Amino acid sequence: MSDSEPDYEPPYLYPDYRATVLRAPKHQPVKLPAEWFHRTRGPVFGRIPVRPEDADLTRQHKGEPLGERIIVTGRVLDSGGAPIRHTLVEVWQANAAGRYVDPADDHPAPLDPNFTGAGRCLTDDEGRYRFVTVRPGAYPWRNHPNAWRPAHIHFSLFGAELSSRLVTQMYFPGDPLMSLDPMVQSIPDARGRELLVATLDLATTEPEWALGYRWDIVLRGSGSTPFES
Amino acid sequence: MTAPTPSQTVGPFFGVALPFDAGADAVPVGSESAVRIEGQVFDGANDVVRDAMLEAWHDDQIARCRTDEEGAFHLTVRKPIAGNGEAPFLKVMVFARGLLRHLPTRMYFPDEEDANASDRVLNRVDAARRHTLIAHSDGDVLRFDIHLQGESETVFFELRS
Repeated sequence: MSDSEPDYEPPYLYPDYRATVLRAPKHQPVKLPAEWFHRTRGPVFGRIPVRPEDADLTRQHKGEPLGERIIVTGRVLDSGGAPIRHTLVEVWQANAAGRYVDPADDHPAPLDPNFTGAGRCLTDDEGRYRFVTVRPGAYPWRNHPNAWRPAHIHFSLFGAELSSRLVTQMYFPGDPLMSLDPMVQSIPDARGRELLVATLDLATTEPEWALGYRWDIVLRGSGSTPFES
Repeated sequence: MTAPTPSQTVGPFFGVALPFDAGADAVPVGSESAVRIEGQVFDGANDVVRDAMLEAWHDDQIARCRTDEEGAFHLTVRKPIAGNGEAPFLKVMVFARGLLRHLPTRMYFPDEEDANASDRVLNRVDAARRHTLIAHSDGDVLRFDIHLQGESETVFFELRS
């Protein structure tokens, strides 16, 4: 890939996000030739279990979770625009009240006995994924006084190559908390921040049932058969 | 070319989502040529990192482990076979709260001195820092600590080509 490829990655060190200060490496990362490193094969993730019910976060318990039911769907593409088929997509999120099941979360908002907030699926032949869930709530964190995270869904993806591995977060359109959030603002360019925002999509929306959001994801590298060094 | 979707941190709350049953064991514990790797993740104050996740990959193997209250992780893998002028190694990815992008590194094996000495990737790394990529033998296990910062900062590799 050429150096002119647009790239909106956040830096490792972004002091407004305080946790980066003691965790961002101080040395420059070592650059290796792409064929030795970036284009080598990603992991065979078939050992990670994916059941059909993992794609519907509203059907994992006896009852339905509280909150606004939504559908989140989109395509996973390589940077040449080709679909990445049958790749693993993992998601996790807070419930509608802004609380995670994770025991590390001590925000005094209610847990929902009908919501875990974790899902998995594989993309289809056209690189498409689809989850049914509830819209997550905003929640406070202790990064700075009166800090609130915008509503978001965490995504983890593999793709075909070492360089295509991605962990990121999807945000919702028009959220005023995004302009106040150091994690979002760590991305240096408004065009890059836009890439993390889903679009309300009436074609995905199911009438009388759930609003639909569309969010396409582009993984670094090409999805073609990688050179294995 | 389309810009890749930017990275965001894994955050502290991935624990109910990313770990999976026997996830830390790419091969069954006790199986032939299985190697157990143990380590801790440290920050720039030399404090342990309790909300990190490691992945180790090689060909058909993947192991994933979250760090515990001591910042400790463990992985069980089958030692790879050397090839293409490279010493045996594992691809290792470090994720954590406070890492806006994950950190790729590699783990080499301590009993491969000759192969490590001629390895093309290790030879691209500042000689004084090369040791951060090589695990230590510690009884029946291999010890591989990750230092995100500090005197022993682990060598990480550039994600962008």
